[in-house]
Amino acid sequence: MKEIAVIGIGITKFGELWEKSLRDIAVESAINCLEDAGIDRIDSINIGCMSSGLFNGQEHLASMIADYLGRLDIPSTRVESACVSGGLAVRNACLEIAAGVSDYALAIGVEKMTDVSMGKATYALATAADQDYEAFHGITFPGLYAMLARAHMERYGTTREQMAQVSVKNHYNGSMNSNAQFPFTITRDTVLNSTMIADPLRLMDCSPVTDGAAAVLLTTVEKAKKLKKHPLVVISGFGSATDSIALSHRKKLTELQAVKKSAAKALKMAERTIDDIDFAEVHDCFTIAEILVLESMGIIGPGKGGPATVDGYTALDGKFPVNPSGGLKSKGHPVGATGVAQIFEAVNQLRGNSEKRQIPGVKIGLAQNMGGSGGSSVCHILEAK
Amino acid sequence: MNVPRHWRETPERYRMEAAKCRKCGKISFPARLICPACGNKVFDKINLSGKGKLLTYTIIRTAPEGFEDIAPYAVGIVEMEERVRVMGQITDCDLLNLKTGDKLISKFRRINEEGKTGLIMYAYKFVPDVGI
Repeated sequence: MKEIAVIGIGITKFGELWEKSLRDIAVESAINCLEDAGIDRIDSINIGCMSSGLFNGQEHLASMIADYLGRLDIPSTRVESACVSGGLAVRNACLEIAAGVSDYALAIGVEKMTDVSMGKATYALATAADQDYEAFHGITFPGLYAMLARAHMERYGTTREQMAQVSVKNHYNGSMNSNAQFPFTITRDTVLNSTMIADPLRLMDCSPVTDGAAAVLLTTVEKAKKLKKHPLVVISGFGSATDSIALSHRKKLTELQAVKKSAAKALKMAERTIDDIDFAEVHDCFTIAEILVLESMGIIGPGKGGPATVDGYTALDGKFPVNPSGGLKSKGHPVGATGVAQIFEAVNQLRGNSEKRQIPGVKIGLAQNMGGSGGSSVCHILEAK
Repeated sequence: MNVPRHWRETPERYRMEAAKCRKCGKISFPARLICPACGNKVFDKINLSGKGKLLTYTIIRTAPEGFEDIAPYAVGIVEMEERVRVMGQITDCDLLNLKTGDKLISKFRRINEEGKTGLIMYAYKFVPDVGI
């Protein structure tokens, strides 16, 4: 198996991009990525996108994006696994390199969500749940995570204030990210006084509806070493796993098994333990999600995620910084783009290019992206060499 | 929703029909073709009793399309007597006094309807089990 390096990263502004189309932002992120790499060669394209069909009435992105990139002669694949579509597109690009099928593999993540009303967007997102046995009964995504939040609060005593602190922390980090949708700080009261969406989760516990795209270009470590443009960043491990689609079929409501397994697989492949990791970008689609993910991956002990957040353990200057980009909460959550945008942030941190939000001296980062209420998860381990 | 998509779920939605694995006894709701516990492919049909207790729940304030009229409403996961978990709405109760561990029983109710000429969808909802 060939070793994998990330040689190019690109992103668009995240937000309500009224003047740009799905194809515009996907191609823009790819152009930025290729310019960053300083290379104009792609052997394959993987496009992560959850639901261009429901958001834009447009399927067949494999053709459309290859077409508008001007690369009609190369393999192009659309990857879908709800909100982990982007992470899996990166994983597929890793497989291309590892197998020696492609020398230069491009992964793009994209979602253009504001072309439909909020009701239609909520419906599109709810298709990541079990349509016949969850969504049929009127559950929403905030509702699913609210049920996880209640279970966690009752089992471990996690408080509303602790969950709010996840949002406060991520907004602080995001306030230094010019690509973020909501680059401003908030207070704990902002969260606790925001509109109730699904008890006990409020509006400011929830990641927003966002347009955006991100792209990464991978090659072999051997080829990357000949390029001198950026410090070398490798993907030393990746892992993916699934769990039941319906929340009611999970063995535990206080741990995400797919997250746990995907992290364990990625660490094993990288020959690392969780203690070797310096920082993480994780899937904080809701505040409780960040707490569940950190505990499931073993970064923090069971039930300790809330108190650790309040104590500053996961803050930018804490012992284990989490979501330096601002996370899904502040940066925005264009679902198919999120997993790729996490790799973008991790690579920038490892290159030392994250400006005001740069964490000093980081060498190893982890990116964790998940789909639905935890029905699928993918992790990547990235290392500066 | 097209009509067959709803009626094909009738056994589950109207009478909580589940599948009991003939090899290991695990009950699946809804029915599956492969037992998730042992991989066996032979099942017996059983009807759930409808009785269970509330494991976790939420109160939906911002409802999805089609449910705006009934918000706020509660949705929860119920652990049934048969040790199988089912998600559904909880109704006929004081939402603010709902507690995990509450005893519930399923009732046949209208879930949703698609305007004046569309489909009316029925299924189970849960209500407090007061032993009547």
